[in-house]
Amino acid sequence: MTEAALAGLKVVEYAHFVSGPYCGKLLADLGAEVIKIEEPGIGDEARRRAPFPGDIPHPERSGLFLYLNTNKLGITLDLKNPKGREIFKKLVKKSDVCIENNPPSVMAELGLDYESLKQINPKLIMTSITPFGQTGPYKDYKSYYLNTFHGSGEGYLLPAGLGWVLYPDREPIKSGGFIGEYDIGLAAAIATLGSYYWSHASGEGQYVDISGTEVLAGLMRYEFAPYNDGWVVNRASWALPIGGLVQCKDGFAELMPLMENMYKGLLEVINPELAKEEKYQYSNIMLSYARPVGGEGDDARQSLKDIIEEWALKHTKEDIYHQLQAKGCAAGIVATPEDVLNSKQLQERGFFVEINHPNTGKIKYPSTPCKYSRTPWQVRRPAPRLGEHTEEILRHRIGISKSELVRLRKQGVI
Amino acid sequence: MNKAALDGIRVADFTTGLAGPFGTQFLAWMGAEIIKIESMKHSSLLRQTAEVRFINTNLAKLGMTLDLSQPRGLELTKRIIAISDVVVESFRPGVMDKLGLGYEVVKQIKPDIIMLSLSGFGQTGPEGHYRTWASIFGGMGGLTHLTGYPDGIPCNERGANDTRGGQFAAFSVLAALCYRQKTGQGQHLDLSVREVVSCHIGDALLDYTMNRRDQGRKGNRDDFMAPHNCYRCRGEDKWVSIAIATEEEWRPLCQAIGKPELIQTDRFSNAYLRWQNQDELDKIIADWTLNHSHYEVMDILQKAGVAAMPSLNCEEVYTNPHFKTRGFVTEIEHPERGKQVVTGPPWKLSVTSNKIGTSPTWGQHNRYVLGELLGLSREEISKLEEEQIIY
Repeated sequence: MTEAALAGLKVVEYAHFVSGPYCGKLLADLGAEVIKIEEPGIGDEARRRAPFPGDIPHPERSGLFLYLNTNKLGITLDLKNPKGREIFKKLVKKSDVCIENNPPSVMAELGLDYESLKQINPKLIMTSITPFGQTGPYKDYKSYYLNTFHGSGEGYLLPAGLGWVLYPDREPIKSGGFIGEYDIGLAAAIATLGSYYWSHASGEGQYVDISGTEVLAGLMRYEFAPYNDGWVVNRASWALPIGGLVQCKDGFAELMPLMENMYKGLLEVINPELAKEEKYQYSNIMLSYARPVGGEGDDARQSLKDIIEEWALKHTKEDIYHQLQAKGCAAGIVATPEDVLNSKQLQERGFFVEINHPNTGKIKYPSTPCKYSRTPWQVRRPAPRLGEHTEEILRHRIGISKSELVRLRKQGVI
Repeated sequence: MNKAALDGIRVADFTTGLAGPFGTQFLAWMGAEIIKIESMKHSSLLRQTAEVRFINTNLAKLGMTLDLSQPRGLELTKRIIAISDVVVESFRPGVMDKLGLGYEVVKQIKPDIIMLSLSGFGQTGPEGHYRTWASIFGGMGGLTHLTGYPDGIPCNERGANDTRGGQFAAFSVLAALCYRQKTGQGQHLDLSVREVVSCHIGDALLDYTMNRRDQGRKGNRDDFMAPHNCYRCRGEDKWVSIAIATEEEWRPLCQAIGKPELIQTDRFSNAYLRWQNQDELDKIIADWTLNHSHYEVMDILQKAGVAAMPSLNCEEVYTNPHFKTRGFVTEIEHPERGKQVVTGPPWKLSVTSNKIGTSPTWGQHNRYVLGELLGLSREEISKLEEEQIIY
């Protein structure tokens, strides 16, 4: 087996749902040893979240949990019990990194905050992920993924473009699925690895305080930056002069003729005669896209929009995509899950991989967006079943005897 | 000032646009020295059209301008690579090869180099050379289809599809740096931003591979929690998000909105029934929120232990007391534009420092890079300027 990029990195993860577990998964998929700690008998709340095969809920068959916890080892441990905390500390002592995403007060109440854990392992990197961070007036505010998304400013601009034109009076929305929580987990992995790199050189550890709303607000810098020029962008003003989503024969496609050569390619595909008309010249149609649309050239833009809409309805999304790309115009389809699975480009790149889990059999999972020439992404094991590695880790890592294990089990500690 | 985590790491940064520069932005914040290499031909569209956006994705970087198409320009570029740890580029696949700076060449110059190539669809495959922008990654990746009202059309995010790709670039480079730290080996990384988007909707894709189900669009709704939506507040286009998961949150919500009788109402008496009847609940809640500002709703409900946050606009983010207190929103001094409000890294680190700096003007650090780092004399640099190899 090829060596993994993060072989040798030891991580303890006391995290649930999406953000913390995704951070752990990113490290585990590149070869880190991640020990996931779950509450005995209950486990990560992601285990109770859809999708389930055949829609039959089962704690070992949640697609959300299975996806987010590949390549990890799983143990159960009751941290409310002093013996559980003692074992936790022993694990932390032998780890480089601890990831957690509990409310700010939880780890301190358990006596497992960074100040306490640092005493046990001065080289430890502890990464805490919360909606608002560990400091500041909102730190103890409650926030589910919906609130975090809107509290960052990301939701306020959805839907924009055609979505806003059609429903100007409706509420702003979140982006699909749990995407914000994934983005937050990824940012946490960046800070964790940066700290790990530094700790290797300096011999020191540190505390990493990740704020979810700050991660998401940071992603919005393209939209937010023009505030410095006095523009407060909203759903109405956040549209392209020409392009964006168009409805086609079998769904939606997206056109982005942002540069002159792309715009020319678009006209060439739709109707080469259009390029001869003065009013459809690029400079008349495509204003600087740093600015809201309006004013001069609106009539020409509207008539061109109508022409594009009429044209698009006669073609399939795949057709529009490949035709425009052949003429050098940026375009894409609005892919359904089926389209994503069937994409030739993704198939060629081996993006989906089959993973065998004892409770589900083989299922196709997304792998990784990044190909490493020397240390490829690998599946070494599927997500752990609840407590699957408790005995192995506690006996061989911590040196707990078999009889003590029986006692701990009886007391509900594991 | 404490050391920064990536002190001593140098990055030759050829990226333009949004995704690539935001990727190296994370490395800059952690203290890496980023030499941003710009040329007339490959100058960033953001630099030309929207300088505020350029500033916000190029903080704490050094600015170097040179003509890559001239042999002397290429040679100088190679000398910069020779003293760098990392190369990051976001050209269309094949362009670096054409410039004479493909991975095989770069590896000859610096055997342990880590080179990351960021693109829309990846360096390989039948569509690898296609032209893309941020929102196309969202569409192709499957996110746009899942975003929108349940009864409406799909909706695309714009910049966020680029920036989340940039985040993945930063993560990938760091993992490769950790590997090099232990083994001394570099490597080439091929990152596809559209695939980043697909990875971040992995659970929805598994619903398809498991059940052949297309989850479609859910607006603000959740599969279990209800109420779970955005509600109109007093003022123009002001909204607040409210989410309820437990009985301990439901009861105080009813009290706070002056409708304690809802607690006793049969059709709202458990989480499942509330989910079933959420359209009616949404109307009841909106009747109340309409009489308050979004921040008032947040104050009232958070005091009651209920998750509520306004749907903030950019001005509200930039002026928000929480973000300001944490130093996330901060002011920088730009050499040409003066004071600018920017957002910094989304973290606080207990020991190592964050570097915020400012964004370089065109060719601002040419003399530093050529003189201090490469050891060229003043005369040599002046000659390069005259010959338009640097500009």
